[in-house]
Amino acid sequence: MAERRWQWFHRLASPPGFYRVSGRWLPWLAGTSLALLAVGVVWGLLYAPPDARQGNSYRIIFLHVPASFLALAGYYVMAAAGAIHLIWRVKLADVVMSAAAPLGAALTFLALFSGSLWGKPTWGTYWVWDARITSMLVLLFLYLGVVTLRQAYASRETAGRACAVLALVGTVNIPIIYKSVDWWYSLHQPATIRLTAAPSMHPDMFQPLVVMILAFYLFYAWVLVLNVRAEILVRERRAGWVRDLAGEGESE
Amino acid sequence: MHPQRRRRLALVLFIVALSSLGVGLAVYALRQNLNLFYTPRQVVAGEASTLARIRVGGMVVRGSLEREPDSLAVRFRLTDGDRELWVRYEGILPDLFGEGEAAVAAGHLRPGPLLEADQVLAKHDENYTPPEVVEGMKAGHAARAAREAAGQEATSQPNAAEDSAP
Repeated sequence: MAERRWQWFHRLASPPGFYRVSGRWLPWLAGTSLALLAVGVVWGLLYAPPDARQGNSYRIIFLHVPASFLALAGYYVMAAAGAIHLIWRVKLADVVMSAAAPLGAALTFLALFSGSLWGKPTWGTYWVWDARITSMLVLLFLYLGVVTLRQAYASRETAGRACAVLALVGTVNIPIIYKSVDWWYSLHQPATIRLTAAPSMHPDMFQPLVVMILAFYLFYAWVLVLNVRAEILVRERRAGWVRDLAGEGESE
Repeated sequence: MHPQRRRRLALVLFIVALSSLGVGLAVYALRQNLNLFYTPRQVVAGEASTLARIRVGGMVVRGSLEREPDSLAVRFRLTDGDRELWVRYEGILPDLFGEGEAAVAAGHLRPGPLLEADQVLAKHDENYTPPEVVEGMKAGHAARAAREAAGQEATSQPNAAEDSAP
């Protein structure tokens, strides 16, 4: 009984099994994320009202906040995959960790870059060394550290373990980023969206922002699955099932 | 759970706990240095260096902004609700800078105390509102103020009761 209950899990956690199953998710993830992105961009940039103080420049929030959300959430994905790889030695977890690192780095860079563009018209500067921005820069370096550390080792097994340890050590940075604007005096404003209170934003602006956040979550899932599939093919390129797959492609 | 996996799980928890403890202690030790700016109260109390470049943050006191006629030089006061500090600055102020709004000024302290700022940044809050709503609120406040003024003039009982009703 217990054996059968876990069978689907083992099938999903094996690289060829995941490759086969995830192929069915791709059109759904791509379709929903692109549709929500289109709705959110048009709604946020064209139809949401301007802000009374910032005018139209606040609209960068529709990119900045979702990118920041996923930069933080993506770190937990990477660290959790690292922990699973360390404890249970699940091959797929190591693949997920190596696929999540460049994706998280790109999102963190997008959050920093869009924030910098937003900072110039509102604060009057592109960059300031306040706690929120500096801890976000540390997050970028953590992601890049995981990317480069993997390439520093000849053995994939050692590289995976070293990256997992680095990713786990870095998790302490996530609550620091999140709470930085409350713990210290900073130039960055506190959070608009909170779990415990209503958002300090007009509903006409908040609704497209929620759409954009959802779209980014789906987009993240889509790109992560694509990255994982590509990495599986690279790692298993000598395996029979990949050769069969490539053979099928040729004959068609 | 397999004993070996249990040991690895303990190792993972140990790594996270130990690094959190280490970083937590470092952050606690640096807590003053992690603040972006001093408040006017801290400056008046002499906590800020008079030699190094410092940042001071607070609300720009309403009615305190003075512009020199033939230059970009401005003077204004920053307050934290308790103490105030004069700031002198020559340059272009950010668009969102204004009286009654938060700002962060960076520069050197002069006797007075006065902050000779070389950079002024505007700090905005986490609230976002469409202009119509702000206009509506202003009109509402004005109407309420006018009604209250009229009510005080008349000093009639029913009018006052109407005003206090929710």
